[in-house]
Amino acid sequence: MSRLDVKKTYKLYIGGKFPRSESGRTYPALAGDGTVLARVAAASRKDLRDAVRIARGALTGWSARSGYNRGQILYRIAETLEDRSGTFVDQLTATGSTAAAAKKEVAASVDRLVWYAGWADKFAQIYGNLNPVSGPFFNISAPEPTGVVGVVVPEEPGLLGLVSRLAPVLVPGNTAVVLASESAPMPAITFSEVLDSSDVPGGVVNLLTGKKDALIPFLADHMDVNAIDAGGASPDQVARIQEGAVHNVKRVVVPDETAQSPYRIAAFTEIKTVWHPKGL
Amino acid sequence: MPEAAEIAKPSSTPLKWEYATSTEATDILDLESRYGLFIDGEFVKPKSRKYFESINPATEETIAEVAEAGEADVDAAVAAARRAHSDVWGSMPGSERAKHIFRIARMIQERSRELAVLETLDGGKPIKEARDVDLPLAAAHFFYYAGWADKLDYAFPGVRPESLGVAGQVIPWNFPMMMLAWKVAPALAAGNTVVLKPAETTPLTALLLGQIAVEAGLPPGVFNVVTGAGDTGAAVVGHEDVDKVAFTGSTAVGKIIQSQLAGTNKKLTLELGGKAAHIIFEDAPLDQAVEGVINGIFFNQGHVCCAGSRLLVQENIHDRFVDKLKKRLATLRVGDPLDKNTDVGAINSRAQLDKINELVEAGRSEGAEMYQPDCSLPERGFFFRPTLFTNVAQSHRIAQEEIFGPVLSILSFRTPEEAVEKANNTPYGLSAGVWTTKGSRILWMADQLKAGVVWANTYNKFDPASPFGGYKESGFGREGGRHGLLPYLKWSEG
Repeated sequence: MSRLDVKKTYKLYIGGKFPRSESGRTYPALAGDGTVLARVAAASRKDLRDAVRIARGALTGWSARSGYNRGQILYRIAETLEDRSGTFVDQLTATGSTAAAAKKEVAASVDRLVWYAGWADKFAQIYGNLNPVSGPFFNISAPEPTGVVGVVVPEEPGLLGLVSRLAPVLVPGNTAVVLASESAPMPAITFSEVLDSSDVPGGVVNLLTGKKDALIPFLADHMDVNAIDAGGASPDQVARIQEGAVHNVKRVVVPDETAQSPYRIAAFTEIKTVWHPKGL
Repeated sequence: MPEAAEIAKPSSTPLKWEYATSTEATDILDLESRYGLFIDGEFVKPKSRKYFESINPATEETIAEVAEAGEADVDAAVAAARRAHSDVWGSMPGSERAKHIFRIARMIQERSRELAVLETLDGGKPIKEARDVDLPLAAAHFFYYAGWADKLDYAFPGVRPESLGVAGQVIPWNFPMMMLAWKVAPALAAGNTVVLKPAETTPLTALLLGQIAVEAGLPPGVFNVVTGAGDTGAAVVGHEDVDKVAFTGSTAVGKIIQSQLAGTNKKLTLELGGKAAHIIFEDAPLDQAVEGVINGIFFNQGHVCCAGSRLLVQENIHDRFVDKLKKRLATLRVGDPLDKNTDVGAINSRAQLDKINELVEAGRSEGAEMYQPDCSLPERGFFFRPTLFTNVAQSHRIAQEEIFGPVLSILSFRTPEEAVEKANNTPYGLSAGVWTTKGSRILWMADQLKAGVVWANTYNKFDPASPFGGYKESGFGREGGRHGLLPYLKWSEG
């Protein structure tokens, strides 16, 4: 008699824990051929609010870490992802990728994390500078994290899309509330397990699966979200995000298709300029 | 030593510091009684056929009539700007664009006094500020960005930037020429053309810049001025052929603009309100700090988005510091903005005076304690005495809302952590000030304060090379410096 395999329950990732949705709702994640692979949590407005509150709480600690330390943690995520590439290849293949494409996507995701890891202790030198003001003043500008960032992940590619959007948000010290791909949520949830075992402090990344149309209005309107990467939103959803952003003057970033760029890090920073007189 | 005590005893009749008036002459100006719109290199009558009056807030007398641009006028200005971008400015070599902008900088310097007098007449700011701050900085801004026009490829590593097209820019009444320079200079340097909407109470210097553009040989349509009030601004911002919107003004209007642009592909920068914390530690050089605080809140009648309007004084020096402030307040000269002795000029408009009165009344009714020096105010015009409030709680409206007038709210704190907590307890995040002699504390505070500009042991310093702009509801994007080019460029990578 063949052994019955043990299936994973796909839950949310909030504050370093894996809760079910408080709503008790789930929705089916489908394979390429339409069969149900698993049921995943359908996050609610309350789950989203919890995620934002916890991301705010994690901000001070994460942003106060040195770039060197954040870079090491991002590199650690890459290590863990590489280690589990087989799992991701299986999941991506199950949702319709060819085996070759899935392998390529996982490898590209690892490499992208390594690329961004290296920026963490360098980008401030590219975006900041001493300003040559015409007076006896020391005057310096440097980038700082914008704060709590909502990340609306593209529907596909399921893993690479998530990694490409999340990494530049984390590099300068922001914390994130991620709305995963609605149609391909399983790699995102498994990626949250990678985050959880890679020294990423709980609450720095909070990952919600569910219906984007249901969650986006609450993310857009939330008064304690400082910026939103709307790269994975439809044109109507982008407009809704931009309307909601007005309440607290959120920064809404609609990135182009560039694979990786230091300017994507810059999009989630604020330039702070400090003046001090020089004199005896 | 009884004699010494006798001498030190304050006189029962305070010394009167009378100053002979020293009024700046206005005959340097050659004003017209009525101004059209500056579109496509010439002054034209508005298709709306409407005009409004620009008054001198110090006398309430009309200076000139100014056209009120309607939608058809804005259409014409945007079309001119589009043509100028497509045919001339967008494709002009950067080195040639640079020379055009340098020439404008020089002509602003040459006509600096004239512009300063007009700025003071139209807006009510003291002539010494218009002359020594606004105009030099406006010219410097053009001079700074002129040099970037042919160096854009070096500004941002790894990309080849391009201009956006037509920039629609709406500026406020507190620093009309300086805000014009902050908006127009980087836009032109990056290769964009401009439709500018100056504030309805201070349109005149922007129109004079139109004259300068003609004299300087700037190609027609590169710089256009449409005067008017909110409806004109909304027409500029909402125009479908405008690629880029830049706005400086209140957070309330900024939100309306952000909402108006939702769902469009227009690029937007917002420089909005503030409620800056100005923090004084016990070890600060107190007399210098007093000067910094006075400058921080009474510069330009407090009509400054980055004004240090929330003073946080360490508890053990609170009373001593407030006494020093009160003494200093008594020496401020309030009155005729054209008088070179004047420190605090006219409130920009009756509407703004009403708003200041409303918030000051709220401060009193909520239980804060008001202090004003006993100074006389001119009989005509809009004036307000420099004002301090003590016993202010964080929940008071005068500690939360931007007053945009010469009114300082004073709170206290015990520890640096508490100062940071209170300073950041606001939806705004434009600027902050810190006074302490301890270097490590300055740097720690600068890290903790959620504000785009932090002035340490100084306040209200500006420079074209120094980026300026806010966190949170104070807006987004930076003006000044290399960073100030970014909102006016696009590129694709990879």
